[in-house]
Amino acid sequence: MTTISTVRPTTDNPTHRPDHRPPRIGRLGLHAFLIGTSVIWLAPLAYALFTALRPYADTEKYGYVSLGGHFGFGNFTTAWTQADLPLYFWNSVIITVPALILTLLLASMVAFVVSRYRFRINIALLMVFTAGNLLPQQAIITPLYKMYQLIPLPMWLSDSGKMDDSYLGLILIHVAFQTGFCAFVLANYMRTIPTELSEAAMVDGASAWRQYWQIIMPLCRPVLAALATLEFTWIYNDFFWATVLMQTGDKRPITAALNNLSGEFFVNNNLISAAALIVAVPTLVVFFLLQKQFVSGLTLGANKG
Amino acid sequence: MTVWEAAPRRRRARRRHLSRGDRVVLTLMAGVPLLLTLSFVWVPALLSIVLSFSSWPGIGGVSSIKWVGLQNYHTIFTIYPQFYPALEHNLIWLAVFFALPAPAGLFLAVQLDKQIRFSRIYQSVLFLPVVLSLALIGFMTELIFSPTQGLLNNLTGHAGQNDMIDWLGNPHLNIWAVLLMACWRQTGYVMIMYLAGLKSVDPSLKEAAALDGAGQWQTFRHVVWPALRPINVVVLVITVIESLRAFDIVYVINQGTNGLELLSVLVTDNIVGEASRIGFGSALATILLLISMAFIVPYLISTFRKDGQE
Repeated sequence: MTTISTVRPTTDNPTHRPDHRPPRIGRLGLHAFLIGTSVIWLAPLAYALFTALRPYADTEKYGYVSLGGHFGFGNFTTAWTQADLPLYFWNSVIITVPALILTLLLASMVAFVVSRYRFRINIALLMVFTAGNLLPQQAIITPLYKMYQLIPLPMWLSDSGKMDDSYLGLILIHVAFQTGFCAFVLANYMRTIPTELSEAAMVDGASAWRQYWQIIMPLCRPVLAALATLEFTWIYNDFFWATVLMQTGDKRPITAALNNLSGEFFVNNNLISAAALIVAVPTLVVFFLLQKQFVSGLTLGANKG
Repeated sequence: MTVWEAAPRRRRARRRHLSRGDRVVLTLMAGVPLLLTLSFVWVPALLSIVLSFSSWPGIGGVSSIKWVGLQNYHTIFTIYPQFYPALEHNLIWLAVFFALPAPAGLFLAVQLDKQIRFSRIYQSVLFLPVVLSLALIGFMTELIFSPTQGLLNNLTGHAGQNDMIDWLGNPHLNIWAVLLMACWRQTGYVMIMYLAGLKSVDPSLKEAAALDGAGQWQTFRHVVWPALRPINVVVLVITVIESLRAFDIVYVINQGTNGLELLSVLVTDNIVGEASRIGFGSALATILLLISMAFIVPYLISTFRKDGQE
């Protein structure tokens, strides 16, 4: 609030009374600028769609920047069937869903303990989680990769017999890495819930678990929804962990698998565009349907800075 | 797990209510996630440092580790040819992220914060790339910049044999093509952060400034900008972190070679593929770790100091 001193009110001069909205010309200019920027912003996606809708042969014949030839969804159906996209989507489901649920569950537990009870190590504990999430993944991958090769898992959990090249290995690294962000956001939120609520519950003899599960968690539903949306995109979009920790190409989630496919289809940019757009569909759907949650999830983490 | 001495009486009262069972439950609730984060994030981070002083081909068990002191670092700084290019590219990445998406995101946020029509539509469009993965943006980079099939060369008539501009093959050009696309995504990210920050600026302050005859720039400079301080810190952190994490986009294009080297790629190169050099890779990872910690630690201290004072 130091700003107040710099804008100290002086005499009220009627000629200075401003229009709260910029003049009409300025407004039109602003819209022109924003429309222009939006068009540039959409151009890469629009071009990807344009390419994906045309057969490779037509673009070769008429050129990439042309309207000649046919338009259709042939590339999409070819990519879907020939590139085994359903298989890779299923891999993404196997990894993303458990990782998402576990991350939110564990992060909310940490947040509950840290924000609703006062221990000596509260802040240190939360810092361990938050800082872990800020590290670049590559700073920890080398030993992690070796650890994964050395940790044995029962065969029913991993057909490689090791943590390496297993779904569980990928799920756990996502959980370990993402818990930090969610715990930070949830702890900030839980701190705003009045303590009286817990006290009343305690007088009624509610245990810590009951307070967490039946009182605090239901109140956190909006934040949990926001975080779920955001984390879904992050985990689904992961390329790095899956590329390094999942050697078997057929077990990779779809974002990482696409890289192999581009090797397979090599020069057929039309097909690759179609495949890339199909891969983007889940995140685009989430974005358009849950935009509000998505943005609030991001900014919840930022506002408390 | 003792209660703070300075805690108010009410909290002390709570301590008495904490039954043995509750203590066990609370310890488990914090302990299980802590164990997971420690073993999968912090132990590897520490091991990176430890192993950086070793030579380990990665074949064979832990017994095949040889301790070599600072030799890995010496090699990196003297004869490892990719190191300085990678470091340079990381610095360019950082500089460009500060120079373009950060101010552009702020500028767009300020424009969208004026009460104009269709603001939400503009916001959605500008924010859209943020939900795409950087790997996917790598594929889109190829669509646009590929020498023969790319949009840019076909649009400007440079797709022929003689006058072809090899945007992604030329080691002096490709980093800029990639950065342009990375900025496309980053700008929306920064914009949303600032938009959230601008919402918290008290409108009556802006009105007071306007009544005083302050122009748009003056209002921004003296009213809006100071209020955005906490967001600036967040933007600074995400800019640094995202620059250091950059990986997917260059890896998709050419595995991060030939002009697209980054520290993150060098680390990865030493573990995937035939010749895995765990010690050497760890030394590179340690350098990355130290650079990132130099930014993370001050950020955390400033963020959590307020909590400690509560």
